Order: sequence, then structure tokens, then C-alpha cells
Amino acid sequence: MNPTLSIFYFLSFLTVLSALMVVFSRSPIHSVLYLILTFFCLTGHYILLNAQFLAAVNIIVYAGAIMVLFLFVIMFLNMKKEDEEAKTNLTKIAAMIVAGTLFVILFGAYRKSIIGAYNPYEYNSQVGMVESLGAVLFRDYLLPFELASVLFLIAMTGAVMLGRREVGERHF
Amino acid sequence: MELTEFIIKAIVIAVIFGLTLLIAMYSTYGERKVAAFIQDRIGPNRAGPFGMLQPLADAGKMFFKEDFIPAQANKWLFIAGPALAMLTALMASAVIPFGHTLRYDGVEVAVQAVEANIGILYIFGVVSLGVYGIMVGGWASNNKFSLLGAIRAASQNISYEIAMGMAIVAILMMTGSLSLREIVDQQHSGNWNIWYQPLGFIIFITCAFAECNRTPFDLPECETELVGGYHTEYSSMKLGFYLFAEYINMFISSAVISALYFGGYNYPGMDWVYTQLTGAFGEVAGHNAATLIGTAVFFGKALFFVFFYMWVRWTLPRFRYDQLMNLGWKGLIPLAILNIIITGTGVLFLEPYFTALLK
Repeated sequence: MNPTLSIFYFLSFLTVLSALMVVFSRSPIHSVLYLILTFFCLTGHYILLNAQFLAAVNIIVYAGAIMVLFLFVIMFLNMKKEDEEAKTNLTKIAAMIVAGTLFVILFGAYRKSIIGAYNPYEYNSQVGMVESLGAVLFRDYLLPFELASVLFLIAMTGAVMLGRREVGERHF
Repeated sequence: MELTEFIIKAIVIAVIFGLTLLIAMYSTYGERKVAAFIQDRIGPNRAGPFGMLQPLADAGKMFFKEDFIPAQANKWLFIAGPALAMLTALMASAVIPFGHTLRYDGVEVAVQAVEANIGILYIFGVVSLGVYGIMVGGWASNNKFSLLGAIRAASQNISYEIAMGMAIVAILMMTGSLSLREIVDQQHSGNWNIWYQPLGFIIFITCAFAECNRTPFDLPECETELVGGYHTEYSSMKLGFYLFAEYINMFISSAVISALYFGGYNYPGMDWVYTQLTGAFGEVAGHNAATLIGTAVFFGKALFFVFFYMWVRWTLPRFRYDQLMNLGWKGLIPLAILNIIITGTGVLFLEPYFTALLK
């Protein structure tokens, strides 16, 4: 087996294992830490695909910023084991049905999807580099890219508006 | 990879790694000497000549102290905290170009562990991971003060990362490359980025202070409010790792500042020195000697910024927490956006004008 393939299998094993541990961990803090590990494994996959820019951005945005906020909020809430029993059977059954439906949809989509064939001898291995990514984003997909950035700006302004102190509200 | 190239690369990586640790170790000594000088004292002078063996004595003391884990602490995460802090601190030096190239046996090897075309993003990613060591350790201690210190550290790091990223964006707009080596090479012969990005430099160095949790932004370990901050429950070498990681971070950020803004291994008159050396020692030996001088200059610049960190620490008082947040969100981020706009205008309009003028 060539080394790239064995690294791929090892990484995939680690990804699935840590993703499963996110679900099965009892403590929410452990779940978040396993989720961070999952993101690291995904970054490894990006590097295997020679998409270094996506790998770095995945670390900066997901592992470095969003997961820190997750950890932050969970540390503040300080969830204890007692909350575990508070969940009723109805919640558990509803969660099972929703998750099961999602799994069926994903599996169906995966079976129906057509994966394009590629020629390994003519394949451009530099396609994932930041230069080619920038060229594609700013040439072929300029309008969707700009629209997405406007959407982010609106979401950010909305969050600031919601979190703002009203006039006459008490400080602290 | 050829065997010769591999061996030179391995030696370069080992030397850089060892030098980083050595510099971090002697920064603790330097910090105490600088503090002593500023406060009109003598400082450590008992262990060895001028107290030079003081860091070794401190390390020995750290190792032999009782290694205590609180009964209610989460044992694995308590151990993982300092390990993560140390790991992320050491990872960042991998992409920093410490010098030009070394020639041996017809092979040319760069004085840099890994040449990545996304170098600056790699450093930014590793820096953003640095907060996990503090957060995990602070939470696992199961202590109110540790947790508050950890939360302070996290919110401070997230807030200042934004302004730091925007300061880097202005640099990237000028250089047009994410590779640190290319950014350094473009600053050849006194064409340093500090002349074009003075505002960006001030924003970057302020954020670097906040990211390293150094005074005046050392709120996470503010002892008047939080006992000892996130490392209240730590003792022995686990505490040592946290303190040591801070000094490594200081050195790494100083190296990044000198690479981004102060020309890295470039110095004025380097072309003249290069011709003199190649004339005197021949093509290969002269090239290697010039590279080594450049590396020494790089370390000199980085060490100056390490000294600057210490200078500021013993000069300025600590900020209040609301002042820190106001400075980050209402001061530095608008300034960074302004800097980006000015840089964009300069690149679009002024640069073609000046190049036309010079022709």
C-alpha cells in the first residue's frame, strides 16, 4: 500500500472515531474537545488533497475561533451530570427520529450522486493552491462571493444590535 | 530528497529548535536582569558568573518541587493543559525564515524548517490555537479563579486576533504573497515594510502583547483580582511549562515582527558584504558566511523585540479589563480597517504614480 493511502485510511479512522466520541461523551467539555480533534483530522484530509489554504483557514476559523467560543459558552454554563436525567423520553425519541431521517437523506444523496472521473496523468495538482482558489473566487464566482460577504456583514450588525444595551438598562 | 540535503535540513531544524529553547531559557534571566536594572537593583548574581546559571537552577528547582494534582480536578485535562501550551508555542517557529540559503556539495538549503506557501496563515492558525492550553488547564483545575483567568485569556485572545489579522491583511495587500520567505525577500536592501506600514506595525505589536498575555495586558494572571489566574492550581514543572511557553511565544512573536516589518535577515549594505565575502573566501564559503551574518542579524532584531517586551513590562501598569476590551474593539479594529483602506488606496493610485515618476 502506498504511504498516502495508508495515511488517508488512518486519518479517516481517526476522524470517524473522534466524531463518534463527540456523540458518545458524557461531558459536554469532552464532546467539544473531540470536535476540535475532528476538525484537525479534516485539516489533515485537506493537506492530503494539496489544498493548503483551505487547511489553514479551517484551523483558523473552526478550530481557532468557533470552537473557542463553544468551549467558552460551555464553561460558563458549567453543565453537570444532573442535567442528563432531566431529558424526557419524548425528547430522546424525537431526537432519534430527526437524526435517523437526516441519515437516510444523506445516505440516499450519497448513493445517487455521480462522482466525476479524472485522469491522474493530466490532473493539475496545484488546483488547491491559494492562487488558483483566488482566481476562481474572484473571476468565476465574484457575485456569489460578494453576496456572501454582505450576508456576513448583515448577520454581524444584527448580532451587535441584539446584544446592545437599551436606553435606561442597568449596567452590569 | 537527497541525503545531503536531508542531513543539512535536519541540522538546521535541530539548531533552530535548540536556539529557540535556549533563548526562551535565557529570556527568564534577561527579564530579571532588565527588571533589576530598571528598578535600580542588581538582580540574580549568585549562580555562576553574573548569575548566568540561574535559569538552570530555576529549572532544577521546578523539577524537584512536589507535583500536585487537586483531588477534584479533571486529571487528564489538567495534564494536557501545559502540554498543549508548550506544543502550540513550539510549533509556530517551523515556517519562520531565519536566513537565506546554505550551500554544501552543490545543494542549496534554506535556513528554514518548512517552506510553506501559506506561511503567515500557518503562524496565525497556531497562534489562535494557543488559547486552548490556557482554557483547558484553567477549566480542569476546578477552581473559580482559574476558570475566570482562563475565560479572560480566551476573550482577550479572540478580541485581539481580529485586529492582528487585519494588520497582516494590509501587509499581504502590499506584498501579494502569503509566504514568509517571499515577504522577507521583497524587503531587500532597506526597503522594509515598517516605512510603508507604521500604523499596521503599531497595531500588530499591541496585539502581539495581548496574545502573549504580557503586561500591560496580563489580565489572565492578574494576581490582585484572580490570585494567580489560570495557573493558580499548578505547581512544579507543569507551572514551569506555562511560564516557559510564554517566553517561547515572546521570542516567536518577536521573530515574526522582525520578519514582517523589519526586513528579517536583510540589513543595509548586505550586497556589499556579500561581494566582499565571496571575493575573499570564494563562491560557496562566502555565500554561507553571508547567510550566517544575515541569520545573526535576524536573531539580533528578534532579541531587541524580546528586550522591548521586558522594557514595556517594567514600565507600564496593567490595564483595567474594560479598558482592554475598549482598546481592542473600539480602538484597534477601526484603526486596522482604516489602515487597510489607506493601503488599498496607496496600492491602487499612489504606486503607479510614483513608479511613473521614477522612470
